[in-house]
Amino acid sequence: MANITTRVRDGVTILDVAGGLGIGEGDSDLRDAVRQALDGGATKILLNLGGVDFLNSAGINVLASSHTAVSNRGGKLKLVSLQPKVQDVLVITRLVTVFEIDDTEDEAVASFA
Amino acid sequence: MINGADVGFVMQDVLLDLAIPSRLEAMGSVQARLDAALRRLGLDDQARHRISLATHEAVVNAIVHGNRGDPGRPVEVQLTCDGEDLVIRVADRGAGFDPAGVADPLLPENLARPGGRGLLLMRALMDEVGHGPGATGGTVATLRRRLGGDPPHPGSDH
Repeated sequence: MANITTRVRDGVTILDVAGGLGIGEGDSDLRDAVRQALDGGATKILLNLGGVDFLNSAGINVLASSHTAVSNRGGKLKLVSLQPKVQDVLVITRLVTVFEIDDTEDEAVASFA
Repeated sequence: MINGADVGFVMQDVLLDLAIPSRLEAMGSVQARLDAALRRLGLDDQARHRISLATHEAVVNAIVHGNRGDPGRPVEVQLTCDGEDLVIRVADRGAGFDPAGVADPLLPENLARPGGRGLLLMRALMDEVGHGPGATGGTVATLRRRLGGDPPHPGSDH
Protein backbone atom coordinates (compact mmCIF):
# COMPACT_ATOMS: atom_id res chain seq x y z
CA MET A 1 0.00 0.00 0.00
CA ALA A 2 1.33 3.41 -0.94
CA ASN A 3 1.27 6.69 0.99
CA ILE A 4 1.14 9.88 -1.04
CA THR A 5 1.78 13.48 -0.04
CA THR A 6 1.59 16.43 -2.41
CA ARG A 7 3.73 19.58 -2.38
CA VAL A 8 4.64 22.31 -4.87
CA ARG A 9 8.19 23.44 -5.61
CA ASP A 10 9.06 26.09 -8.22
CA GLY A 11 5.78 25.54 -10.03
CA VAL A 12 6.20 21.77 -10.12
CA THR A 13 3.66 19.62 -8.29
CA ILE A 14 5.57 16.87 -6.54
CA LEU A 15 3.87 13.73 -5.28
CA ASP A 16 5.99 11.85 -2.76
CA VAL A 17 5.03 8.20 -3.03
CA ALA A 18 6.06 5.65 -0.39
CA GLY A 19 5.34 1.97 0.09
CA GLY A 20 4.36 -0.69 -2.42
CA LEU A 21 2.78 0.18 -5.76
CA GLY A 22 0.37 -2.39 -7.14
CA ILE A 23 -0.75 -3.99 -3.92
CA GLY A 24 -3.95 -2.90 -2.25
CA GLU A 25 -5.62 0.48 -2.23
CA GLY A 26 -2.52 2.58 -2.75
CA ASP A 27 -3.07 2.34 -6.50
CA SER A 28 -6.30 4.28 -6.50
CA ASP A 29 -4.70 6.72 -4.03
CA LEU A 30 -2.04 7.57 -6.59
CA ARG A 31 -4.60 7.81 -9.41
CA ASP A 32 -6.71 10.13 -7.23
CA ALA A 33 -3.73 12.27 -6.26
CA VAL A 34 -2.73 12.72 -9.91
CA ARG A 35 -6.33 13.56 -10.85
CA GLN A 36 -6.56 16.09 -8.02
CA ALA A 37 -3.35 17.74 -9.17
CA LEU A 38 -4.71 17.95 -12.73
CA ASP A 39 -8.05 19.32 -11.52
CA GLY A 40 -6.11 21.95 -9.55
CA GLY A 41 -4.53 23.11 -12.80
CA ALA A 42 -1.12 21.41 -12.47
CA THR A 43 0.66 20.64 -15.74
CA LYS A 44 4.12 19.84 -14.36
CA ILE A 45 3.82 16.75 -12.20
CA LEU A 46 6.73 14.89 -10.66
CA LEU A 47 6.37 11.53 -8.95
CA ASN A 48 9.11 11.10 -6.36
CA LEU A 49 9.30 7.30 -6.04
CA GLY A 50 12.22 7.28 -3.60
CA GLY A 51 10.06 5.58 -0.97
CA VAL A 52 8.62 2.94 -3.32
CA ASP A 53 10.15 -0.41 -2.43
CA PHE A 54 7.85 -2.66 -4.48
CA LEU A 55 6.40 -2.33 -7.98
CA ASN A 56 4.44 -5.03 -9.78
CA SER A 57 2.51 -5.10 -13.04
CA ALA A 58 -0.57 -3.52 -11.42
CA GLY A 59 1.61 -0.66 -10.14
CA ILE A 60 3.10 -0.24 -13.61
CA ASN A 61 -0.39 0.04 -15.02
CA VAL A 62 -1.14 2.86 -12.56
CA LEU A 63 2.02 4.69 -13.62
CA ALA A 64 1.18 4.19 -17.30
CA SER A 65 -2.42 5.37 -16.94
CA SER A 66 -1.30 8.38 -14.87
CA HIS A 67 1.14 9.27 -17.62
CA THR A 68 -1.65 9.06 -20.20
CA ALA A 69 -4.03 11.14 -18.05
CA VAL A 70 -1.46 13.93 -17.65
CA SER A 71 -0.50 13.89 -21.35
CA ASN A 72 -4.17 14.08 -22.35
CA ARG A 73 -4.46 17.35 -20.40
CA GLY A 74 -1.40 18.73 -22.14
CA GLY A 75 0.80 18.28 -19.07
CA LYS A 76 3.99 16.40 -18.38
CA LEU A 77 4.59 13.62 -15.85
CA LYS A 78 8.12 12.70 -14.77
CA LEU A 79 9.62 10.24 -12.32
CA VAL A 80 12.54 10.73 -9.97
CA SER A 81 14.59 8.85 -7.34
CA LEU A 82 13.87 5.27 -8.40
CA GLN A 83 15.19 2.46 -6.23
CA PRO A 84 17.26 -0.06 -8.23
CA LYS A 85 14.53 -2.74 -8.01
CA VAL A 86 11.94 -0.32 -9.39
CA GLN A 87 14.28 0.89 -12.13
CA ASP A 88 14.93 -2.76 -13.08
CA VAL A 89 11.20 -3.36 -13.56
CA LEU A 90 10.72 -0.23 -15.71
CA VAL A 91 13.67 -1.22 -17.92
CA ILE A 92 12.24 -4.69 -18.43
CA THR A 93 8.83 -3.30 -19.42
CA ARG A 94 10.48 -0.62 -21.61
CA LEU A 95 8.58 2.06 -19.74
CA VAL A 96 11.89 3.87 -19.43
CA THR A 97 11.18 4.90 -23.04
CA VAL A 98 7.79 6.38 -22.07
CA PHE A 99 8.69 8.19 -18.86
CA GLU A 100 11.25 10.88 -18.39
CA ILE A 101 13.27 9.77 -15.39
CA ASP A 102 15.76 11.87 -13.47
CA ASP A 103 18.18 10.87 -10.75
CA THR A 104 17.66 13.81 -8.39
CA GLU A 105 14.73 16.06 -7.58
CA ASP A 106 16.83 19.18 -8.33
CA GLU A 107 17.52 17.95 -11.87
CA ALA A 108 13.90 16.95 -12.37
CA VAL A 109 12.47 20.29 -11.20
CA ALA A 110 14.98 22.21 -13.34
CA SER A 111 14.12 20.08 -16.40
CA PHE A 112 10.48 21.21 -16.33
CA ALA A 113 11.47 24.84 -16.82
CA MET B 1 16.09 -41.82 5.96
CA ILE B 2 17.78 -39.32 3.67
CA ASN B 3 16.01 -36.06 3.06
CA GLY B 4 16.67 -34.77 -0.47
CA ALA B 5 17.09 -31.24 0.83
CA ASP B 6 20.01 -32.37 3.02
CA VAL B 7 22.13 -33.77 0.21
CA GLY B 8 22.05 -30.76 -2.10
CA PHE B 9 20.78 -30.48 -5.65
CA VAL B 10 19.43 -33.89 -6.57
CA MET B 11 16.82 -34.30 -9.26
CA GLN B 12 13.54 -32.57 -8.44
CA ASP B 13 14.31 -31.52 -4.91
CA VAL B 14 11.09 -30.05 -3.60
CA LEU B 15 12.10 -26.89 -1.73
CA LEU B 16 8.64 -25.47 -1.14
CA ASP B 17 5.14 -26.86 -1.53
CA LEU B 18 2.26 -24.58 -0.55
CA ALA B 19 -1.46 -24.33 -1.09
CA ILE B 20 -3.16 -21.00 -0.35
CA PRO B 21 -6.75 -19.83 -0.57
CA SER B 22 -7.56 -17.48 -3.47
CA ARG B 23 -7.17 -14.28 -1.47
CA LEU B 24 -4.59 -11.61 -2.22
CA GLU B 25 -3.96 -11.35 1.55
CA ALA B 26 -2.38 -14.81 1.36
CA MET B 27 0.38 -13.44 -0.90
CA GLY B 28 2.49 -12.26 2.04
CA SER B 29 3.10 -15.75 3.41
CA VAL B 30 4.02 -17.06 -0.04
CA GLN B 31 6.55 -14.26 -0.54
CA ALA B 32 8.09 -14.74 2.91
CA ARG B 33 8.52 -18.50 2.55
CA LEU B 34 9.75 -18.23 -1.04
CA ASP B 35 12.32 -15.62 -0.04
CA ALA B 36 13.55 -17.81 2.82
CA ALA B 37 13.94 -20.76 0.44
CA LEU B 38 15.81 -18.62 -2.10
CA ARG B 39 18.10 -17.28 0.64
CA ARG B 40 18.97 -20.85 1.61
CA LEU B 41 20.11 -21.37 -1.99
CA GLY B 42 22.46 -18.40 -1.57
CA LEU B 43 20.83 -16.22 -4.25
CA ASP B 44 21.68 -12.52 -4.20
CA ASP B 45 19.22 -9.64 -3.74
CA GLN B 46 18.56 -9.01 -7.43
CA ALA B 47 18.03 -12.70 -8.26
CA ARG B 48 15.71 -13.14 -5.28
CA HIS B 49 13.74 -10.01 -6.21
CA ARG B 50 13.32 -11.10 -9.83
CA ILE B 51 12.21 -14.64 -8.97
CA SER B 52 9.99 -13.37 -6.19
CA LEU B 53 8.29 -10.77 -8.43
CA ALA B 54 7.75 -13.30 -11.24
CA THR B 55 6.16 -15.69 -8.74
CA HIS B 56 4.04 -12.88 -7.31
CA GLU B 57 2.68 -12.14 -10.80
CA ALA B 58 1.93 -15.82 -11.45
CA VAL B 59 0.11 -16.20 -8.12
CA VAL B 60 -1.91 -12.99 -8.65
CA ASN B 61 -2.92 -14.26 -12.12
CA ALA B 62 -3.92 -17.62 -10.62
CA ILE B 63 -6.03 -15.95 -7.91
CA VAL B 64 -7.62 -13.20 -10.01
CA HIS B 65 -7.90 -14.66 -13.51
CA GLY B 66 -7.71 -18.41 -12.83
CA ASN B 67 -9.77 -18.91 -9.70
CA ARG B 68 -11.73 -15.64 -10.10
CA GLY B 69 -11.05 -14.81 -6.47
CA ASP B 70 -13.07 -17.79 -5.19
CA PRO B 71 -11.47 -18.44 -1.75
CA GLY B 72 -12.69 -22.04 -1.89
CA ARG B 73 -10.40 -22.76 -4.82
CA PRO B 74 -6.74 -23.12 -3.84
CA VAL B 75 -3.62 -21.93 -5.60
CA GLU B 76 -0.69 -24.31 -5.29
CA VAL B 77 2.88 -23.05 -5.38
CA GLN B 78 5.79 -25.43 -5.70
CA LEU B 79 9.49 -24.60 -5.86
CA THR B 80 11.77 -27.37 -7.06
CA CYS B 81 15.36 -27.75 -8.07
CA ASP B 82 15.54 -29.66 -11.34
CA GLY B 83 19.19 -30.37 -12.00
CA GLU B 84 20.68 -26.87 -12.45
CA ASP B 85 17.32 -25.19 -12.88
CA LEU B 86 15.08 -23.60 -10.33
CA VAL B 87 11.47 -24.32 -11.27
CA ILE B 88 8.35 -22.69 -9.84
CA ARG B 89 4.94 -24.13 -10.64
CA VAL B 90 1.78 -22.19 -9.84
CA ALA B 91 -1.43 -24.14 -10.28
CA ASP B 92 -4.99 -22.81 -10.23
CA ARG B 93 -8.41 -24.46 -10.61
CA GLY B 94 -9.70 -22.11 -13.28
CA ALA B 95 -11.06 -22.51 -16.79
CA GLY B 96 -7.69 -22.43 -18.56
CA PHE B 97 -5.52 -19.71 -20.07
CA ASP B 98 -4.19 -18.95 -23.55
CA PRO B 99 -1.14 -16.62 -23.44
CA ALA B 100 -1.64 -15.91 -27.17
CA GLY B 101 -4.78 -13.96 -26.26
CA VAL B 102 -2.79 -11.35 -24.32
CA ALA B 103 -1.96 -8.09 -26.16
CA ASP B 104 1.76 -7.33 -26.49
CA PRO B 105 2.43 -4.43 -24.10
CA LEU B 106 5.77 -3.71 -25.83
CA LEU B 107 4.16 -2.56 -29.08
CA PRO B 108 4.46 1.23 -29.32
CA GLU B 109 0.66 1.65 -29.43
CA ASN B 110 0.32 -0.38 -26.21
CA LEU B 111 3.28 1.01 -24.23
CA ALA B 112 1.27 3.51 -22.21
CA ARG B 113 -1.79 1.26 -21.89
CA PRO B 114 -2.64 -0.99 -18.98
CA GLY B 115 -2.75 -4.76 -19.37
CA GLY B 116 -0.54 -7.65 -20.39
CA ARG B 117 2.36 -6.63 -18.19
CA GLY B 118 2.11 -9.49 -15.70
CA LEU B 119 2.99 -11.99 -18.39
CA LEU B 120 5.64 -9.68 -19.82
CA LEU B 121 7.26 -9.27 -16.42
CA MET B 122 7.32 -13.02 -15.82
CA ARG B 123 8.93 -13.64 -19.21
CA ALA B 124 11.51 -10.92 -18.70
CA LEU B 125 12.37 -11.89 -15.13
CA MET B 126 12.75 -15.63 -15.75
CA ASP B 127 14.55 -17.74 -18.37
CA GLU B 128 11.44 -19.65 -19.42
CA VAL B 129 7.71 -19.24 -18.79
CA GLY B 130 5.10 -21.74 -19.88
CA HIS B 131 1.39 -22.29 -19.31
CA GLY B 132 -0.35 -25.62 -19.63
CA PRO B 133 -3.35 -27.55 -18.37
CA GLY B 134 -3.08 -28.98 -14.86
CA ALA B 135 -3.52 -32.67 -14.00
CA THR B 136 -6.83 -31.98 -12.26
CA GLY B 137 -8.01 -29.10 -14.45
CA GLY B 138 -7.06 -25.44 -14.30
CA THR B 139 -3.78 -23.97 -15.47
CA VAL B 140 -0.20 -24.55 -14.36
CA ALA B 141 2.27 -21.72 -14.92
CA THR B 142 5.84 -23.00 -15.01
CA LEU B 143 8.63 -20.48 -14.37
CA ARG B 144 12.18 -21.63 -14.91
CA ARG B 145 15.39 -19.90 -13.87
CA ARG B 146 18.78 -21.36 -14.74
CA LEU B 147 21.13 -21.19 -11.80
CA GLY B 148 24.71 -20.18 -12.42
CA GLY B 149 23.97 -19.28 -16.04
CA ASP B 150 23.57 -15.90 -17.69
CA PRO B 151 20.90 -13.71 -16.17
CA PRO B 152 17.82 -13.09 -18.31
CA HIS B 153 18.05 -10.19 -20.75
CA PRO B 154 15.82 -7.17 -20.14
CA GLY B 155 12.91 -7.17 -22.54
CA SER B 156 13.60 -10.68 -23.82
CA ASP B 157 10.59 -12.49 -25.19
CA HIS B 158 9.99 -16.17 -25.75
